[in-house]
Amino acid sequence: MDKYTNHTSVAALMNRSNVDTDQIIAKQFLKKVERTGFGQHLFHDWRYNEDGTPNPEFELNNPKFEGAKILVAGDNFGCGSSREHAPWAIDDFGFNTIISTSFADIFYNNCFKNGILPIVVDADTLKALMSEISANEGVAFTVDLVNQKVSTPGGIELSFEIDGFRKNNLLEGLDDIGLTLAQTDKIDSYETKHKEMFPWLWAS
Amino acid sequence: MAKTMYEKIWDAHFVHQEEGQAPLMYVDRHLMHEVTSPQAFEGLKIAGRPIRNTHSILATLDHCVPTKLADRLNLPDPIGAKQVQTMMNNCDEHGLILYDMKSKNNGIIHVVVPEHGFVHPGMTTVCGDSHTATHGAFGALAFGIGTSEVEHVMATQCLPQSKSKTMLVKVDGKLSKYSTAKDIALAIIGEIGTAGGNGFVIEYAGEAIEALSMQGRMTLCNRAIESGARAGLVAPDQKTIDFLEGKEFAPKGEMWDRAVEYWKSLPSDEGAEFDLVIELRAEDIAPQVTWGTSPEQVVPVDQSVPAPTDFDNEGKAIACQSALDYMGLESGTKMTDISVDFVFLGSCTNSRIEDFRAAAEVAKGTSVPSNVTAIAVPGSYQVKEQAEAEGLDKIFTDAGWEWREPGCSMCLAMNGDQLTPGQRCASTSNRNFEGRQGKGGRTHLVSPAMAAATAGAGRFVDIRELEAS
Ligand code: SF4
Repeated sequence: MDKYTNHTSVAALMNRSNVDTDQIIAKQFLKKVERTGFGQHLFHDWRYNEDGTPNPEFELNNPKFEGAKILVAGDNFGCGSSREHAPWAIDDFGFNTIISTSFADIFYNNCFKNGILPIVVDADTLKALMSEISANEGVAFTVDLVNQKVSTPGGIELSFEIDGFRKNNLLEGLDDIGLTLAQTDKIDSYETKHKEMFPWLWAS
Repeated sequence: MAKTMYEKIWDAHFVHQEEGQAPLMYVDRHLMHEVTSPQAFEGLKIAGRPIRNTHSILATLDHCVPTKLADRLNLPDPIGAKQVQTMMNNCDEHGLILYDMKSKNNGIIHVVVPEHGFVHPGMTTVCGDSHTATHGAFGALAFGIGTSEVEHVMATQCLPQSKSKTMLVKVDGKLSKYSTAKDIALAIIGEIGTAGGNGFVIEYAGEAIEALSMQGRMTLCNRAIESGARAGLVAPDQKTIDFLEGKEFAPKGEMWDRAVEYWKSLPSDEGAEFDLVIELRAEDIAPQVTWGTSPEQVVPVDQSVPAPTDFDNEGKAIACQSALDYMGLESGTKMTDISVDFVFLGSCTNSRIEDFRAAAEVAKGTSVPSNVTAIAVPGSYQVKEQAEAEGLDKIFTDAGWEWREPGCSMCLAMNGDQLTPGQRCASTSNRNFEGRQGKGGRTHLVSPAMAAATAGAGRFVDIRELEAS
């Protein structure tokens, strides 16, 4: 997992509430054997016309949002199933930060496993951020995870809460596996003991 | 302090606990099949992580493989074919042992692993498959994990785990001739419910368990998961040791002696305390049949389909009604009056040689009615060959059964073998969930002997009466 570093990036606007995981990644795309490549199917039914061409009405098809790393979205983002394919798709598409007033629990957890920072803000702040994007499409926001702040050219300065342990994992690029790997010295020394306890498992 | 077998295995595999995190448990064996592993390999690749211990892994192809010979050479389902090919590529790339479809060792993961002695007493064993509990028959702590955990184990050989509570299920007395390990398992689930084991690791003990063969113990532990438990365990004894001796992955020479000595130290100590103890009498366990859509919805075959009013618990009463609706059954119908369209003998619960012997004994001389399809699917090529050497295939085909190639087949109906809506099936597999054997399919779980008797009669029969007549 990549380390999460402070960045200034284009913020895309998705002014919809209750965006669920079925919309994020539809079930016909779950049968892949890969974890990558889901980005092209992100928001499939909204994003493409029947004939497969991009739907110009869909907000993320707005050329001004190209290369956006920050997604500003309505309430209760990521509700629905526990499929980890949803954050896989979001990450693969290029977002590493989602700002909303609330996130579904499992989705919120899954974000951290995939290097995505979900930022919870109050309703007024969300409205202000959305207005700034509407007024100035393509505007770039600055996310400072170290100091837990977001700032905008329009003068919005906001602080957000995040669990210290998770923050550290994002900054260090540690997923669950990374955490265990951080104990590699302990695993190594256990394994030495294991070889003495169960030599027949190592004799080959 | 006196310890349970689970605690002994736990202690021997405890690696470390970092503050604020779960304890890390070391994993000795990692079993794999084609369906739950591809994203885990992909994840490793993306992160640039190697597999920590490739020797701990054994893989097979079983879930999507067709059980008709012609289809095996050219998989009809493109997605299944891709999963199979991906597994082959992944194993090839990492140098993992794979029993592919051309291998004479191919079969269902939980059937082939014991055949080769890959899991031993006292080992921690995981697989992206809930029926990994099967290997508890050897006194190994074995359980199913998710895809991210598959990746976790490949990368670290460890899993963050919290300690389970312990339950002792003691079955004393002697099983009647017609009841089997499957009936014990179903009776236990009927007794404690599918959530009764939540948070527990079960140790099965008592005279009736000791009397079971290794194959019977595998059937029993296989179903620990259906009672909600993380894993099931049976203490290793002389049968366990005899079973493993000489197997491909069993220790050899001096190592064998050391291993056996260790295995003998594993059974729970005298006076070890369990968080919960359940006792059953083997004599009381009649051949069982499920009537609903959960394994706990089960009755002895000589009884009738229950009514919602038979349950004091409101949730269970509601579940009863919805199961009756789905299963198309009336309360009060005698189980033996229910006819079937299909019989499936197979799955990692009941597809070992002993299961085919038991079923063949009953199937001999019977004739499957023309409106019933009966398929016998060995758990592995080893089982298939052995059965053929004993002439069992002939008994089945003479009785009108189809004799197939090995695989999971109609256990989860992912390989093309499946029920059509409304079809009723007597199945030796492990789950009777809605749609498990095909959309709208109705599954009744039974033992192999019961399946064979059912196939012969076209309806459920109390095998105890067959002999009498
Ligand atoms: S036979 Fe059924 S339960 Fe067993 S591994 Fe295959 S699908 Fe899973």
